[in-house]
Amino acid sequence: MSDELVFASAAATARRIKAREVSAREVTDAFLARIEARDGALGAYLAVDAAGARARADAIDAAVARGDEVGPLGGVPVGVKDVIVTEGLVTTAASKILDGWVPPYDATAVARLRAAGAVILGKLNCDEFAMGSSNERSGYRPCVNPWDPTRVPGGSSGGSAAAVAAGLAAATLGTDTGGSIRQPAALCGVVGLKPTYGRVSRWGAIAFASSLDQIGPLARTVEDAALLLEAIAGLDPRDSTSVDAPAPGLRAALGQGASGLKVGLPKEYFEGAIDPEIAASVRAAGDALVAAGAELREVSLPHTKYALPTYYIVAPAEASSNLARYDGVRYGHRAAARDLGDLYARTRAEGFGPEVKRRIMIGTYALRAGYYDAYYKKAQQVRALIKRDFDRAFEQVDVLLTPTTPAPAFAIGSKATPIDMYLADVFTLACNLAGIPGLVVPSGATAAGLPIGAQLLGKPLDEATLVRAGKVIEDALGGTRRPPAWTTGGAA
Amino acid sequence: MTELATLLEQWEPVIGLEVHVQLATASKAFSPSGVEFGAPPNSLTDPTVLALPGALPSFNRKALELALRLGVATGSKIRARCRFARKHYFYPDLPKGYQISQYDEPLCEDGAIDVWVAGERKKIRLQRIHLEEDAGKNLHHGATSLVDLNRAGVPLCEVVTQPDLRSADEASEYMRALHRLVRYLGVSEGDMEKGQLRCDANVSVRRRGEDRLGTRTELKNINSFRFVHKAIEHEIARQIRIIEGGGAVERETRLWDANAGVSQSMRSKEEVSDYRYFPDPDLPTLTIDGAMMRAVITSVPELPAARLERFMREYGLSFDDASTLTAERELADYLDAAVRAEGDGRLARPIANWILTELLRELAGRPIAEAPVAPAALAELVGLIADETISGKIAKDVFAKMIATGDGARAIVERDGLRQISDEGALRPLAEKIIADNPRQYGQYKAGKEGVIGFFVGQLMKATGGKANPQLASELMKKLLDA
Repeated sequence: MSDELVFASAAATARRIKAREVSAREVTDAFLARIEARDGALGAYLAVDAAGARARADAIDAAVARGDEVGPLGGVPVGVKDVIVTEGLVTTAASKILDGWVPPYDATAVARLRAAGAVILGKLNCDEFAMGSSNERSGYRPCVNPWDPTRVPGGSSGGSAAAVAAGLAAATLGTDTGGSIRQPAALCGVVGLKPTYGRVSRWGAIAFASSLDQIGPLARTVEDAALLLEAIAGLDPRDSTSVDAPAPGLRAALGQGASGLKVGLPKEYFEGAIDPEIAASVRAAGDALVAAGAELREVSLPHTKYALPTYYIVAPAEASSNLARYDGVRYGHRAAARDLGDLYARTRAEGFGPEVKRRIMIGTYALRAGYYDAYYKKAQQVRALIKRDFDRAFEQVDVLLTPTTPAPAFAIGSKATPIDMYLADVFTLACNLAGIPGLVVPSGATAAGLPIGAQLLGKPLDEATLVRAGKVIEDALGGTRRPPAWTTGGAA
Repeated sequence: MTELATLLEQWEPVIGLEVHVQLATASKAFSPSGVEFGAPPNSLTDPTVLALPGALPSFNRKALELALRLGVATGSKIRARCRFARKHYFYPDLPKGYQISQYDEPLCEDGAIDVWVAGERKKIRLQRIHLEEDAGKNLHHGATSLVDLNRAGVPLCEVVTQPDLRSADEASEYMRALHRLVRYLGVSEGDMEKGQLRCDANVSVRRRGEDRLGTRTELKNINSFRFVHKAIEHEIARQIRIIEGGGAVERETRLWDANAGVSQSMRSKEEVSDYRYFPDPDLPTLTIDGAMMRAVITSVPELPAARLERFMREYGLSFDDASTLTAERELADYLDAAVRAEGDGRLARPIANWILTELLRELAGRPIAEAPVAPAALAELVGLIADETISGKIAKDVFAKMIATGDGARAIVERDGLRQISDEGALRPLAEKIIADNPRQYGQYKAGKEGVIGFFVGQLMKATGGKANPQLASELMKKLLDA
């Protein structure tokens, strides 16, 4: 019984609550009980707001009983990545430097989720300040992959992906700066959608790299991802980079099929070291689209190889600036210190983890007087070329189909050097640099049973085509499955 | 002072000023918090001002409008597109760890401000005018330091001159001109006491005739017109003495201590920070289109320097009088309105004189907005003097009655019968009677003591209640006494 509640799609749960087939409180209790019982082994949550969630669920039930409109996500329990601020609920960005910090305000995306009727269960684990691809860089505890606890869930939104996969949230919010929604979605076998830059307000998203960061949903189905994006998208005067492009009716694209769709396969994404099982799975996704009437075409994105070095200039440079505010003066961790210089040095030395420090140092170096032109400015020029590659490809095709990661979920501790770790994102970075949307849909599994996700990349603000093609792949290849260890009777 | 004057025969100071002008907006540059002087500490804050995690800036377009007005008024080149940049340094009054400013793409460049030095007009070139946000304030209480972020995020324009100023006098005159300009434009209230106009000065000296610039120092924290003069003069003398003593001026930043009247070294060049400027990714490129420029251009009034010249040319005022009357826009507006009301520029000068003497005396330092008499009413009064309806002396009584009753000058004159007597026929019998009644004084006059005529004129004025046309009264008396 409980399995059916926690593995149901958000859309179905919302429908059932509205129809009074189940109460929001029952659904919320089922998730809370499961978190209580099983999150110790998973590590998806950093904070759980049981009392707040129950109160909210009761309020939804009361509204339903009165016949009031409760919103498209009425009573659906969701989790929020810990880099997104939630009023009154501790938010740390998985960093010790923000230990215990309780925000006095909601992120716009969170406020909009609440307005759509969602119940916030708690805050989800991630790499510290969203810097990482494995969730191993959380300042608090690791999160493991529900398909194999010796492997990583991916990152940085590892908790957001693992919670959906393991039935500890109906859907979640993540953030994606270089693949942080899509890579863990692929590694955990769920759907992940990174919207077009600007489509979702960044107000309340703790900044990592401002020109790349974007909030988006992780969900069990393409429909759920569309449902959440509909709820959170749209202009926000508090984020000057937000775009006046709300996404009502995104779900209308679900039933449009792939007939006549021109799908590009960027050859550069299939040339390097890529796991053959992943290549085969992406081909299967392509076949599913062809079977539905789409046409496949090889395209070229010649500057793809520069995406990784470009990203690792732009993102750390912006991060070094964005993280300057953590100084121990106004909130968060403050070290005991002799004087002002000592306060800054010790607070930041004690509060930040090694990967965050590494990126602050890289970024600080890149922005030094006399180096700006050689690094940051040059990287922005290359970024323009990467964006132009996509513009040209989208003159020929409607959507691109690529692998999400070069390999399935890797073993905890197996990425020996930072560079090894950075290479895990090689297929997802360009999307952020170009500001375009990307959708990851489960496309099968390896022989060992690890999930694989296919990545669809679209034109700016054309999430509809991603949803349309993603739904075809989902239907053909089975979509999100339940990890055996996390179903009733399975050993956790 | 004379000592410095002697030194300056051989040494030429070269000065550039960087002035921070607080823009007169109701809310902060990048967030909705209000702007107010003297509010309780940290009461004017919000997530953006406090740099809370996840908070973002969004630009207050009103600040852009004001900065553009200053740009247009200084004849600056205005960028159609420009960006904000982040300037990084750590300090407790800087919540984000960076200041949002402008770096390689300032809003305005190559403008100029006209400054009057000893009656000569001099053009001081501006390098740039850019937009930025203010920092907060650190307050030190013994071993504890507290931070007040009310001022953090307040919009500023930084106005940077070329090194065109050649003396402490020129520097303080420039400050006055800038102060007048921003107030004229409504760009800033320009209250230096409230830190709305803050000046840093770059000062160097060189031997007269030398082209090469000397090593400069930067003086910070000079926050009154008087201190600008004092601090710069002090620095000029300090540098000359160092060089004449065989030493070399060190490139450094010095803090002006107004209480002690000296400057102290803050940091040397070796300690200069690397601000790691880069374009702020949270803020889109600012674009200034034709419609916006047209709106700004039409909002710029006649500038103080042009107005000063017009007052001299059209109204025939002296430099000093024109200068006083253009010091505040409202005062100059008052004069223009009064001259317009009177209809004919002929009376501009007497109107100006009345403003400068009677009206300003009456105001006793209060702003012209509190003038007890409207421009048109003052013009009417001056008109009555000019057409000899009343005398200047009676006019002062009428003026007092206007203030007391709020009535018009003409109405008071008619009601109280104050019309001047300019009819010789009406005065003659009175004059003859006064001569007849005062034989002793008449005798003195006839004996050659001509000063006694004052007595007779005074008696005639007295006999008419002051209404006799004074000139006519004196002419008539002379004629009768000499007869």
